[in-house]
Amino acid sequence: MTLAIDVRGLNKSFGDKHVVNDVSIQVEEGRICGFLGPNGSGKTTTLRMLCGLLTPDSGEGRALGFDIIHEADAVKLRTGYMTQRFSLYEDLTIVENLQFTARVYGLDRRRERVDAALERLGLSSRRHQLAGTLSGGWKQRLALAAATLHEPRLLLLDEPTAGVDPKARRTFWDEIHALAADGLTVLVSTHYMDEAERCHEIAYISYGRLMARGTAAEVIAASGLVTLHGEGPDADRLAQALARVPGVETAAAFGAAIHVSGADKVALEAAVAPYRDRGYLWREVTPTLEDVFIQLMGKSQDNVQ
Amino acid sequence: MSALSWTRVLAVLVKEFKQLTRDRLTYAMMLAIPVIQLTLFGYAINTEPRHLPTAVLVQEDSRYARSLIAALENSRYFDFVAEARTPSELDALLRTGQAQFAVTIPGDFSRRVARGEKPQILVEADATDPSATGGAVAALAALPDRALAHDLKGALAARGQPAAPFEVVIHRRYNPEAITAYNIVPGLLGIILSLTLVMMTALSVTRETERGTMETLLSTPLEPIEVMIGKLAPYVMVGLIQTAIILVMAASLFEVPMAGGWLGLTAGVALFITGSLALGFLISTVARSQLQAMQMSFFYILPSILLSGFMFPFRGMPAWAQWIGEVIPVTHFLRVVRGSLLKSQGIGDQWRELAALAAFVCVVTALAMARYRRTLD
Repeated sequence: MTLAIDVRGLNKSFGDKHVVNDVSIQVEEGRICGFLGPNGSGKTTTLRMLCGLLTPDSGEGRALGFDIIHEADAVKLRTGYMTQRFSLYEDLTIVENLQFTARVYGLDRRRERVDAALERLGLSSRRHQLAGTLSGGWKQRLALAAATLHEPRLLLLDEPTAGVDPKARRTFWDEIHALAADGLTVLVSTHYMDEAERCHEIAYISYGRLMARGTAAEVIAASGLVTLHGEGPDADRLAQALARVPGVETAAAFGAAIHVSGADKVALEAAVAPYRDRGYLWREVTPTLEDVFIQLMGKSQDNVQ
Repeated sequence: MSALSWTRVLAVLVKEFKQLTRDRLTYAMMLAIPVIQLTLFGYAINTEPRHLPTAVLVQEDSRYARSLIAALENSRYFDFVAEARTPSELDALLRTGQAQFAVTIPGDFSRRVARGEKPQILVEADATDPSATGGAVAALAALPDRALAHDLKGALAARGQPAAPFEVVIHRRYNPEAITAYNIVPGLLGIILSLTLVMMTALSVTRETERGTMETLLSTPLEPIEVMIGKLAPYVMVGLIQTAIILVMAASLFEVPMAGGWLGLTAGVALFITGSLALGFLISTVARSQLQAMQMSFFYILPSILLSGFMFPFRGMPAWAQWIGEVIPVTHFLRVVRGSLLKSQGIGDQWRELAALAAFVCVVTALAMARYRRTLD
């Protein structure tokens, strides 16, 4: 197997804030790796270090076989980066934005490539519309088109679907999978669990530390978490009370039901026991990624405090 | 519409005040501007300059000539800085701006005073800036009556009575009618170019940072110098078009003489446009928001207007203010423009100013390149 991303021990501080702490990531070529973690956990900083926008304080590694520190230019040339905030020119039209990108990367057959990208986007008819007037979903697709115009081998996406409606998100992910099928490696940060589940593998980062890595199933299994699904009268209102009971690490409403999770199955059973005879129905379910992540968040907070 | 609520007014007031104190540059500007501007311009600006550099051509070394020079110096308007040996040397001193006044004392001055023939001495003033020479020219009126009072005694005393023993002929060179527009309009070229070019480019990089497009720009293979050239080139065109408009209007509406010196003028315009753009670019790499960029540009523009010799006579300023003025590119550019248009200076007369402009371009470009970050660190 060939690793598209292979970085070890990345560190980055801003002032006295240690934003990225010894993060190591390996992603195989052609894989989609989901990058998860709470806000301010260092995801964006890590992505920026990978594409040469930030210089790591320490750490080393290669992206696409090039040293990310000393050969940042070579990495830049072969990497597409889509920022969290729309960062194309709102006062340029769709086609002008793409032409600019094509020129900056010194691409040949520019007109052809831009036309092909517009065709793929389904924006050919609106090519002369200003980018600033596009809706959120279309902006993201335009940004993706711009980031992939130079046919990069690595694509870094920073929360690409934030604030985009579900249908546009679905389309977006279909495109990502199509690109990965062609051999593109994708590292994508997200807050959405359904998106995390669409990745080949995930990496969970919190407070600058990598907490978990692997496929969704592996991450769930490795967590050792047991989750009980409870149904009954106003089950969703029990969350606050149950969260305080020893043995319960997380308790969260799931619609009208409730999920309580903990590492110790016996303690967890004991915790919900008082509610069994009050008409509540409990059964063990496979923890969802969200259960696992919320547990991980709690853990990493403990580490920090 | 509901009644005015003081609580709501207070809410806005408190918020505004807090935001104001958080924006440290604005805060500093509000306090610094009055202090700096008052001390700087209050002391520096003097609309009636004295001690103006004067060159003299003495064709007769006599007691009268020496008395005359002493009298001129005593008026405190004239400082003799050079003595020319030939009329053409004298002319060159005036043309290159090394002297503001050129005094010629004719060869037979003493003899003709003694004979009561009322000889003439010639005072040529560089009147490109009429306000700079006004006070000194006025002071010349009193000269014939007093300059030789000590020398003309005894029998010769009558030569001073009832009329003066000699006459002063004043030539206002380069701007004989003392038309202010001749001075201001070419000067405006420098000010207008500074205003538009520095501000526009100062906003250019800052705008990318503020809108977030800088992140994409930095993730591409673009080199800093490529960004700089690409960003500035359109404004070179803007600058050239502005120059053309101003020169055409200066000639057609204000009838400013276009005396020549086109080569020097072209070189000056090219260097000045480049320098202004590079400065704007430098500002935009330092400023963190468009507002800051505007404030910094403003900080540059004010001394450009007040200390460059555009609005007030350069030679009227104290030495320290002249030093500040020498650092400002507008100062040198104004000398080139006025020198070319009004005095038909050749490029040989202007090399100092052109060299200063070139040095400014180099230093500012180097600083801008050093400041431009290739990463978001």
